[in-house]
Amino acid sequence: MAAYEREIPFLSIPEPESSVHGLSAVWGRGNQLILHTGCGQRRKAEGSGDQVVYHQTPSTLHQVEWQTDMHNPHTRKLVMQSHDVFVSLQKQSPEDKNASRKPQLIKCSRHYRAFIAECVQDLRKASLDPNVDQTEAREYGDQCEIFQTIGLIWSLCEILFVETLPGGIVLQQLLDWVKLHFTEGDVKARNILMAEEIETTEEYWSAIYIYILQGRLTEARHMLSLDPKFQHDTHGAYGRIDELMRRMPVFGTLSRQSLAEFDLKWRHWQDTCRQCLEDQSFVSYPRLEVVCKILCGDQSVLLQEVGDLIQELGGWYHLMVTRLLYTNPTVKAMDLHYHAKASMDACGVSGRMTSLDSILDKALEFDIYQMIKISSATLSNWWFVAHLSDLLHHCGQLDSHQLNFGSDLREFLLLEYSSTLMSHTSFWQVVADYLDHCPQFGRHYLELFIERIPLKTERKALKVLKACEDRDMKEQAQSICKVLGMRCYRQGRLGSALTWCLRSHDPTFATYLADKFLTEYSLKGGFTNIDLLDNLGAGMLLSDRLTFLGKYREFHRLYEQGDFSDAGALLLSLLRARLAPKQFWLTLLTDALPLLELDEVVFSSKQTYELLRCHEELERWFKSEEYKTRILPKKSKGQLELEKEKLELLQLGLSRNIAQALLKEGCGSLQGS
Amino acid sequence: MFKAKSISAEHKDLIHDVAFDFYGQRMATCSSDQSVKVWDLGEDGEWHCTASWKTHSGSVWRVTWAHPEFGQVLASCSFDRTAVVWEEMVGDSKPNERGKHHWAQRAMLVDSRTSVSDVKFAPHHLGLQLATCSADGIVRIYEAPEVTNLATMNLQTELQTKLSCSCLSWNPSRVHPPMIAIGSDSSDPSGGGKVQIYEYKENERKWQKIDTLNVITEAVHDLAFSPNLGRSYHMLAVATKDVRIMTLKPMRRDQFVGSTRIEIRQAAQLVDFKQSQVWRVSWNVTGTILAASSDDGFVRLFKANYLDNWKCIQELKGSDGGPSPALVPSMTGGMHSRQDYPTHRGRNTSSSANQQQQQNGASATREQSNAPQGGRSRYPFMTL
Repeated sequence: MAAYEREIPFLSIPEPESSVHGLSAVWGRGNQLILHTGCGQRRKAEGSGDQVVYHQTPSTLHQVEWQTDMHNPHTRKLVMQSHDVFVSLQKQSPEDKNASRKPQLIKCSRHYRAFIAECVQDLRKASLDPNVDQTEAREYGDQCEIFQTIGLIWSLCEILFVETLPGGIVLQQLLDWVKLHFTEGDVKARNILMAEEIETTEEYWSAIYIYILQGRLTEARHMLSLDPKFQHDTHGAYGRIDELMRRMPVFGTLSRQSLAEFDLKWRHWQDTCRQCLEDQSFVSYPRLEVVCKILCGDQSVLLQEVGDLIQELGGWYHLMVTRLLYTNPTVKAMDLHYHAKASMDACGVSGRMTSLDSILDKALEFDIYQMIKISSATLSNWWFVAHLSDLLHHCGQLDSHQLNFGSDLREFLLLEYSSTLMSHTSFWQVVADYLDHCPQFGRHYLELFIERIPLKTERKALKVLKACEDRDMKEQAQSICKVLGMRCYRQGRLGSALTWCLRSHDPTFATYLADKFLTEYSLKGGFTNIDLLDNLGAGMLLSDRLTFLGKYREFHRLYEQGDFSDAGALLLSLLRARLAPKQFWLTLLTDALPLLELDEVVFSSKQTYELLRCHEELERWFKSEEYKTRILPKKSKGQLELEKEKLELLQLGLSRNIAQALLKEGCGSLQGS
Repeated sequence: MFKAKSISAEHKDLIHDVAFDFYGQRMATCSSDQSVKVWDLGEDGEWHCTASWKTHSGSVWRVTWAHPEFGQVLASCSFDRTAVVWEEMVGDSKPNERGKHHWAQRAMLVDSRTSVSDVKFAPHHLGLQLATCSADGIVRIYEAPEVTNLATMNLQTELQTKLSCSCLSWNPSRVHPPMIAIGSDSSDPSGGGKVQIYEYKENERKWQKIDTLNVITEAVHDLAFSPNLGRSYHMLAVATKDVRIMTLKPMRRDQFVGSTRIEIRQAAQLVDFKQSQVWRVSWNVTGTILAASSDDGFVRLFKANYLDNWKCIQELKGSDGGPSPALVPSMTGGMHSRQDYPTHRGRNTSSSANQQQQQNGASATREQSNAPQGGRSRYPFMTL
């Protein structure tokens, strides 16, 4: 066993230079590696010299991806369909032991199975499609087979763990199971019936035997009645066997008879069968004798006369079901594994079991953990084990096992499954829903994953953001907004950048963008994105500069509306509160100029004094060290002259306004007194 | 199921580093041919080289992406003693080179007097910070005061490790103080531990060495913190003559001394590397699988099961035999040998094709059918 564990899967990469320079690997998105030659030896050996060594062979990158099983169009459909079932299943709490939950669980299990079957069909069709490229078709064929196996295991698990019947009588379900998965009997029967004339060939008898092996006696009798000899039944052998088959008692869950009653009837029936055999009723009809032997539960006939047929039907597990049907129809689920062992020994499987044999064997032993472990190791995808263990968890079957990791097994498998979906960009919502139901690590995985969802369009970004907000992932949501804000900014879309910035609550970036808007204004004399600026609301409190921008835009609006005194007051308050950057003061003061030129007096004498003080402060700043070293060198001569002119105009305007204001205020006070 | 393909990288010399962007949709490569190339994943699922330019006047050792919050920004470091920050220019492609993007040089960091061996951006919650380390043993941390002005990267700190530095890694945790691990490739065992841990002390506003991993005295070639996943400890993978998985658990702050202590333990020592050195370690996004590259030409993947046992789950190796027609074993279902699933034999329509596949399966896989009850996986990653 230890030797088994040590053997490690191996993959060879076509890279001849790797023997000299080694091979290095870096992880990409999801289960993806990029490999290249060279690993750093050269770097170390470099020492003092470093010259380019031109290589003969061009360097190559190798990309390897794992677990892409669920990425093709057909399995992708399964991913989406099973996702819906999974989500609805999660709405049922496993603690709720209410019996009314069971029909729901059975329904979910049926849904899963139906989708598996659909996937198998799609894959088979794709594998036979002549338009599909050959290697791809082979892949589909392989996958088809894997999902077929999965369907077989799932159905058995449904019988054993989900749709458990009171009393544990499982035979009818097992018969349905083999009937569903081994349809060779129907195929053969169809071939016979399609022919113009019914011929009692080998295939004809095989069909009848298979029907009998699967307990489908009505179909068997119908087939038998087509034999021309049936019509001229001189010895009454056909009639007798038909009668035996017709009278076989069946224990239905809906029938009112008790188990003991049924048992009695059944024994009586089989005694009649044996009696016929002993009477040598079928001695001249070897085919019918085989039928009768099967009905009598004869072991040897199952291994010899119809042994090959049973092998064709899957082997030991079909043998087990047939044997139980004709020897022990009231078998309990808990005893199945004894019968499984016996059938395996009879088929000579023991000792050279395939993984499917082991999986079914472990299921029949009710050893769920081993069953899942072997399935994970051999079935190539995590889809099956993740969904099955989740269903079993909801059925209360995982917890009853005394495992020290409890529901962690389920979470582990769900995490693995969702990780395989991460590398495909269209699955992100599916991944998020699965991770939501992993209590321990799900959220951490999702935090790492959700930030890394590529955001090609703003629409997708809004969807991802919504997902973050639904889950209260503030940091991730913020980061996404920042990324988009930066992207818009790089594309020169200041308005969108600011919108994203407001959502990300990033004050430094807000300040920076506000500055950009102000620079744009100083250069072009107007604002873009007026709608946005007018509706900043409380968002403008994000940074002082943004507040200033919002308020400054408000000043413009008031001014345009002709609301001059309010506009003037706002302008002054902006200067007074020192919200504006110094290099913008001149613009602000210049904005005051037209207000000063108006006929009516907008600024009172007190306000004008304040403006004058600001004017003086600005002039002082123009002489400061900060201005001279940082701002002055960037300004052209023309700009400087213009500024000087503005300042002079301003001084003039201010002094004139003081005079007017004083005059008006003087008049007012005179009138008042 | 596997998928594999080769991409011609067009570098004229050895590739030293490949870096994925945050989303795994862009890739940067750097080489001894002194250039950096940027690759974009197209709608067709193929990688397309969208930029290639000469970056340094010596071998370029490492290339790394900044978080997209800061725009499309790369940093590279080189034997020419510099590290450079690059920014992609939007809508500024030259007309004669359609589809090619232009990357502009922003900050050039020339403080080192020796080859700069590694460069890494800090986790994005720390703002736009960049750490470099060089052969002369100095680690430098730079910071851009304005994220919109990459030309100004101020040297914030110089840390003297007194050992020739080969690699560095930032701790990605958001909830812990900033932390950096530095590895040294000095082969002198008397130099003591080759991995040093530094932490940023908020109240003193400076970086401080808080520990040395004394168990590792051999040359260290690479190291990488794993994503935190809400654990109470940090996990660091160290590449030396083998791979060590170290856990660093912050202890409660000592109020009197004012220093943080961390409890360091070796969680695993992965010794599958016979006589060879490990040069590279890389975590997947969720920090569950580690890829380790060694100079025996192998890349090995390690994964911890849910009982925290670390195991090699896959080996990859370059094949010598010239251009090989396919990856061996076959990358598709050939891995899955038919004998295992006898259930549906009766249903296979084309038995000859099936037989052929059986033969393929037989030659390709090392083992035949009879999957053990122990469940050894024939599929990488599929281990419990």
